[in-house]
Amino acid sequence: MIFADEPEPGQPLPILPGHSSPGRLERVLRAGAFAVTAELAPPDSADAEEVYARARIFDGQVDAINATDGSGANCHMSSVAVCALLTRIGYSPVMQISCRDRNRIAIQGDILGAAAMGVCSLLCLTGDGVESGDHPEAKPVFDLDSLSLLALARTLRDEGRFQSGRKLASPPRFFLGAAENPFAPPYEWRARRLAKKAAAGAQFIQTQYCFDVPRLKAFMAEVEELGLLDKVFILVGVGPLPSARTAEWLRSHVPGVHIPDAVVRRLASAPDAKREGRRLCVELIQEIRALKGVAGVHVMAYRQEEAVAEVIAASGVLQGRVPWYPSRDGQTQQQKAAS
Amino acid sequence: MYALRLFSTRHARGLETVYRLFGGMLVALAPILRAIGHRRLERPTAAVERAVKGLLFDCRMCGQCVLSSTGMTCPMNCPKELRNGPCGGVRADGSCEIEPAMRCVWVEAWEGSRRMRAGAAAFEAVAAPLDRRLKGSSTWLRLVRERAGVPS
Repeated sequence: MIFADEPEPGQPLPILPGHSSPGRLERVLRAGAFAVTAELAPPDSADAEEVYARARIFDGQVDAINATDGSGANCHMSSVAVCALLTRIGYSPVMQISCRDRNRIAIQGDILGAAAMGVCSLLCLTGDGVESGDHPEAKPVFDLDSLSLLALARTLRDEGRFQSGRKLASPPRFFLGAAENPFAPPYEWRARRLAKKAAAGAQFIQTQYCFDVPRLKAFMAEVEELGLLDKVFILVGVGPLPSARTAEWLRSHVPGVHIPDAVVRRLASAPDAKREGRRLCVELIQEIRALKGVAGVHVMAYRQEEAVAEVIAASGVLQGRVPWYPSRDGQTQQQKAAS
Repeated sequence: MYALRLFSTRHARGLETVYRLFGGMLVALAPILRAIGHRRLERPTAAVERAVKGLLFDCRMCGQCVLSSTGMTCPMNCPKELRNGPCGGVRADGSCEIEPAMRCVWVEAWEGSRRMRAGAAAFEAVAAPLDRRLKGSSTWLRLVRERAGVPS
């Protein structure tokens, strides 16, 4: 789908009726298309070109790019800076905010700054504990949690004021998101927790990696029963596994990742594990897409970002749609300016 | 103490009753407490509260006690101090991602709340972020002030 007013880098799009942000992710979802988002691993670098190189890998396959905020409690370029770079050339980022490193004063400042730089989508997260990262001696902040962060972002947007009550001259316009993990206990509470996030302001959800479709199915049924399907867009997390060893490492070291034994066995017995991992990912995307209420997929392909285009293309979920990217319709703005 | 904390969650229903009676008693005592003066009572009350709730719940004296809506499980024992439910990192066996030897505080809270009369209803409300200024202060006295309208 092509919108009549596709982006001019640096210029905000008009906010359509029924929308809360000028962002493309919200537009695509509200227009009823199956959305694709992907995770960009921020570089350990002060070079902007590294960010652009990492974003270009996804060109034509994704509707929005998530910029992680010190994921796994490891130090990288900040999500607010990555997003600011991406919006400069017209990409549509999802800015992840974690509660681990900043208190409510810093977070509200970053949210306003991000909106000023053209960020339209936020993903409100609690964040991993400092113990799992490369600076385990750091002070964990957790002044807010994902729910109170959502509520705070909504207050900024809808009431145009800080948590303190002080008025904003101009409120930020965001599409608000949250994460959910249907694959972690207490299972019977996960759908209700999603309801709580929706009540706090979440308009879209990106889930943890899904390798267990039956569990996801049960979760989605509960979500439907709670009447949430028309309140939140659910994007299910997927990703290609490069080997049985990585799968084993992921499930034992990364908090909240659940990979069934059958998946590990399948990779271990495959002659080409990498190819098998991608095939599995394509199969998962197709199965997940068929579930009622799934609005899209969120691809996390850490250290094999080049696989994203391959699995998305092979899955056929875009149905011929080519999401906007800086040089899709010919020259980029930068190239035009230079010529 | 961890074992006692788990005991408290297992006996959430009984403790809920004790707590309700105790709260009622405190509110009934409001005129006497007011006569003595809340400012004068603050330190000794907080000390008793710290001792009792510390023993039973590993209370961290956040000053904004929510035990009765969290299955008699103190959420401040969560390494991320989450006040709104479990994070996504809970291990498959229900233990904490950060402290594997400890059961997730919110898995416990969920089980405790199902034993309580108030049930899981209190889980649905979004808890506001903590007011960090209240750390170390007595929730009991604050409850009396709120319910009996005594000025602080």
